[in-house]
Amino acid sequence: MANYILRRLAQAIPQLFIISVILFALMQGFGDPVATLGARTPPRQEDKERLRRMLGLDQPMYVQYLVWLIGNDWMKLDMDGDGVPETPGQRKGILRGDFGNSLVTRRPVLEMIADRLPNTLLLMLTAEAVIIVASLAIGIYSAARQYSLADNVITAFSFIGFSMPVFWLALTLMYIFAVNFKRWGLPYLPTVGMFDPAVGKTAGELARHLVLPVATLAIISIAGYSRFVRSSMLEVLNQDYIRTARAKGLTRSQALWRHALQNAALPFITIIGLDLPFLLAGAVVTERIFAWPGMGRLFIDHTERSDYPVLMGILMLIAAAVVVFQIITDVFYSFLDPRIRLA
Amino acid sequence: MPPASPPAIVDLAETLASASAPLSPMALAWRRFRRHRMAIFGSAVLGLLMLYISFGGLLWARGYCAPLQQTLSGEAWANCNDTRQKLQPPSAEHWFGTDVIGRDIFARTIYGGQISLLIGIAAALMEVVLGSVIGAVAAYYGGWVDSALMRFTEAMLNIPSLFLLIIGARFFGAGLPSFNLFGRELTGSVLVIIVIIGATSWMYLARIVRANVLSLREREYVAAARALGVSNARIIFTHLLPNTLAPLIVSATLGVANAIISEAYVSFLGLGVQGATATWGNMLDGAYQYLEQAPWLWFFPGTLILLTVLSINFVGDGLRDAFDPHGNAQV
Repeated sequence: MANYILRRLAQAIPQLFIISVILFALMQGFGDPVATLGARTPPRQEDKERLRRMLGLDQPMYVQYLVWLIGNDWMKLDMDGDGVPETPGQRKGILRGDFGNSLVTRRPVLEMIADRLPNTLLLMLTAEAVIIVASLAIGIYSAARQYSLADNVITAFSFIGFSMPVFWLALTLMYIFAVNFKRWGLPYLPTVGMFDPAVGKTAGELARHLVLPVATLAIISIAGYSRFVRSSMLEVLNQDYIRTARAKGLTRSQALWRHALQNAALPFITIIGLDLPFLLAGAVVTERIFAWPGMGRLFIDHTERSDYPVLMGILMLIAAAVVVFQIITDVFYSFLDPRIRLA
Repeated sequence: MPPASPPAIVDLAETLASASAPLSPMALAWRRFRRHRMAIFGSAVLGLLMLYISFGGLLWARGYCAPLQQTLSGEAWANCNDTRQKLQPPSAEHWFGTDVIGRDIFARTIYGGQISLLIGIAAALMEVVLGSVIGAVAAYYGGWVDSALMRFTEAMLNIPSLFLLIIGARFFGAGLPSFNLFGRELTGSVLVIIVIIGATSWMYLARIVRANVLSLREREYVAAARALGVSNARIIFTHLLPNTLAPLIVSATLGVANAIISEAYVSFLGLGVQGATATWGNMLDGAYQYLEQAPWLWFFPGTLILLTVLSINFVGDGLRDAFDPHGNAQV
């Protein structure tokens, strides 16, 4: 087992390396980050050049990549532009945990991400909990009553569910539960932010602000996952050991919950584990609509300003999460299902 | 005199003969597709939507454009902005209301639909070409070609696609000149969006094609073709890819739906098709700021996207079942 994990981690390293090269190359086409730094007053030409030198943007791309990767704290840099290197480098490189500084705010990227990550995780994990419970419930229900009226209605709704663009769902929910409920004098839900400044940072406020973004994220995933649970339940329900369980006198629900669910849950766990990091991406649009101060909004805001250290930091963290979750899912799966041997 | 064969046996023989009449796999698939109710329903809705975006403009898109002081029809009417008429709710004159700068939303959904569908189909084609070529080349050549291409595919898969889309949209920017297609002037960003969506969505298909080609290339007919001296490219394109057509067709169909949604996402984030050219996606850009005052801004284009994607998904589901009644294909 330890060998397997070590080997998978070793395979992950070249993969993350390839990802970082692809992303870094793409970000060179983003346009000049210095051009937008002066806000309303565009910087003078000589200021631009000085800024570029100070930020290391005057270097060729491969040098910038190497500095980003392994740092430059053993070299001296030419900061004043006289051709003589005099200033010692500061960067440690991402391999030593230095994600660099934002070009816009000059703050360390890791710090900026750490500010936003808890908000995104709160949103994501709440949504994930709702998704797991609801898709299991809906999937098992419709598998147990295959082709009944309820099953057909659920099927129709799940097709609509996963054909829905996230923002359309978000806007519709906001329109119904925030705008119209307010109009009708019903208790309505807030649409933006995490807290109401008038009420303060209370847990109740947070919960109220969570409802709509979580519903938006959850509904679309539930539509797909409940279909998945349904089909793996149906597959298991047709197995011989279910018939045996019924033949030896178990009731239908005992066979369903004790024998069928345990086996049908295995592929579901895999798919949840593999998709979990991708929820981060789904949160980009949701965070933007609901003005949720998370990582997705940080990404969008800094894309507009070509702030590549921030973008690289966020993307590499997500890519690493994807790779790590693939390994965790495989290992976890082999614990749950003794038929599977990791080799 | 030999006994006459019992009529029942003759019947059976006839039934067998007609049942085993040579039906091509395509004909079989078509027969199964016709029985898929959801797929037929999806095709019908899709047909109506196609009629709407192709002929709707000729029938209904005309009106008096006050700033130009003339009656316009067609796309010119869809682009006529009468700021005094901005944010009007749906009425007899503007069936779907007007947008932030006073353009008729009804006409824009027609012309925007054409572009959205163009983007969807072109991007899906690009996805299929990239996915099948990369998958087939990797499987056919094997060795370092295979591992290099598959490492690249995995790397692309490990970056969530929305981030790839955003980065792609920023990378290509809007630096292309506008061009003319079917008598319509389109901004270059339409091409950019097609390329970005196509270039970020081929990975799953490449894996499916690779898996299929890996087993196909060991077949005798491929060995025979190779023995006859057929070139590698010809083997890939005329012997291997046609035999993995089913997943290609299904992926292409679902790819159109995905591309339409992707276009809407990119546009929603303000990185989509620029300029006067309407798409269902860029009609939604900024609409959420008018959530309370003007719900018709996002309701109509959003619902059209939903309807289109939903019916394409139904059709794709039907195709998948039709090509693979036992559900074995890894589509």
